[in-house]
Amino acid sequence: MSAIPSVFKKAVVVPRQRLSFGARLRRDWPLLLMCLPATALLLVFHYIPALGNVIAFQDYNPYVGDNPFEAFLYSEWIGFGNFEYLFKNPAFWDAVVNTLSITAFQLVFYFPIPIALAILLNSIMSPRVRALVQGVVYLPHFFSWVLVVSLFQMMLGGAGLIVQTASEAGFAMPNFMTDPDTFLFLITAQALWKDAGWGMIVFLAALAAIDTNLYEAAAADGAGRWRRLWHITLPGLRPVIVLLLILRLGDALNVGFEQFVLQREAVGRDAAEVLDTYVYYQGIAVQQWGVGAAAGLFKAVIGLLLIVGANKVAHKFGEQGIYSKS
Amino acid sequence: MSVREVWEEKPSALGRFGKGTVLSVVLLAVLVPLWVVLVTSLSSETTINEAGGYVFLPREFDPSAYIVIFTGGQITDAILVSTVVALAGTVLSLVVTVLAAYGLSRPGSLAHKPLLFYFLLTFLIYPGMIPSYLVVTGLGLKDNLLALILPTAISAFNLVVLRAFFMGIPGELLDSARIDGAGELRILLRIVLPLSKAVTAVVGLFYAVGYWNAFFNAVLYIDRNDLQPVQRVLQQFILAGQTPSSSGTAVYVPGLGSAIPPTLAIKMAVVVVTIVPALLVYPFVQRHFTKGVIIGAVKG
Repeated sequence: MSAIPSVFKKAVVVPRQRLSFGARLRRDWPLLLMCLPATALLLVFHYIPALGNVIAFQDYNPYVGDNPFEAFLYSEWIGFGNFEYLFKNPAFWDAVVNTLSITAFQLVFYFPIPIALAILLNSIMSPRVRALVQGVVYLPHFFSWVLVVSLFQMMLGGAGLIVQTASEAGFAMPNFMTDPDTFLFLITAQALWKDAGWGMIVFLAALAAIDTNLYEAAAADGAGRWRRLWHITLPGLRPVIVLLLILRLGDALNVGFEQFVLQREAVGRDAAEVLDTYVYYQGIAVQQWGVGAAAGLFKAVIGLLLIVGANKVAHKFGEQGIYSKS
Repeated sequence: MSVREVWEEKPSALGRFGKGTVLSVVLLAVLVPLWVVLVTSLSSETTINEAGGYVFLPREFDPSAYIVIFTGGQITDAILVSTVVALAGTVLSLVVTVLAAYGLSRPGSLAHKPLLFYFLLTFLIYPGMIPSYLVVTGLGLKDNLLALILPTAISAFNLVVLRAFFMGIPGELLDSARIDGAGELRILLRIVLPLSKAVTAVVGLFYAVGYWNAFFNAVLYIDRNDLQPVQRVLQQFILAGQTPSSSGTAVYVPGLGSAIPPTLAIKMAVVVVTIVPALLVYPFVQRHFTKGVIIGAVKG
């Protein structure tokens, strides 16, 4: 008996916004309940740690309490003391400089490669060759950094395959895995090996969206292969390129963490220390918690400003950006 | 464009040669290291010694390295740990993400906007390593496998992908179920999920690969040797001495004694073991790569 009226109630189409809070709660509580586990997990493991960055303003001492939460309550607040220490610390600025030079270097030597690769692959006629290449080059994206660095160690390290082969042939090879001077090339090669193929996907999609009639018309007007590339293909890719470029600039302080923490000891701090590894070593390994947190907070705030700024620029260019107001 | 249009020039011999060379180099760069690893892991001591290290041409099929790593000892433990973490983590992540994605898939529902904002804000605000470390250890999760699961259980990116897909399912379909008296959970399980098998599978596989590959949380939170995941063992084997806090230096392998360093074949077998799950998962995901799941997500 009771089921029938409720069925009719739900069948009546009611404009959503006019319902009272109570009615919406009665209608939507299952949806809210479904969001609850995810909300709770993010609260505990994302937002509370994000708020926990305030220990950057503390002389955090883990021993004044029985657990980290008590220690937080009883630790002394010292204002900007940690930041003063940080900004006077040359090792911190080394990490900032390293991070930015890696970003700059990879903008030149990493960023264009997936684009070039996508254009090259797009010009291949045989669907089998294309599928083969795609299948192979996407694969390393699913490998861990430990694995990628290990494979490079096995190829280029002191007893590596390439070094081994070269020495048999009478060449002496430097050990790239420990040489700070070539470190930028090494990490860029690793990043390319792992993700250049994967990075191609978005450009392949953009290439597929270019109207082939444009090519035909250009060809009819006598434009050769290279002119079509310059006047049709590249302009067709422009929105994606601009968007990804801006996103990369907004992410300038994020160069990855595991790749560097895995190689920092071998290459040395001077070349391999980036902001993220500095946070780890300063904060957790050396246990200067407050200073480490200050470095992390510095990176987070600058990073946020860069992202918001980059998004503004993206909107100026008439691109979508990562988020929009709607 | 698998047929050359009439207006298109035939490629020059030089052009074809160039393209072929570039693509071959790219393919070899990816495949040769994997091949060498596989062959070396299946070679005997004598073959490895004769080759002076890595073996390129297979001469025999000697699975002894695999027998060693699968019959007890730290590597077997590590494989078990990683498998458990990947399976349990993926189930948890999928359940939580699917529920939230469905809960957020109806614009106009109560608190829809603030909730969505709450999830999307995770793209802009990161937790920071040190407070995360303090929270996880403060919850008593040190040396607990949950520390490898819970902090990375939800990716807002995956949530957005799923939500976008759920929103594309025609509302009339859901309304008709509602008229028949189905509750939200039943609609999700009986209608929405069966229609979203592919995208759910892809999201699940992304989670699984993430858990399997996770390395640094183990450095932070796991000290006990028997709870180390396989990536840690790999790092200790191949890159030992290069990384922070490599707690267990000598890895215990039965039959070798803890003091003796593992042979090259055993090391390579560990590398193969870390690769295999990615290879197994890969063909399933690959089918959906270009079909919009990922590209649609990238476009927003």
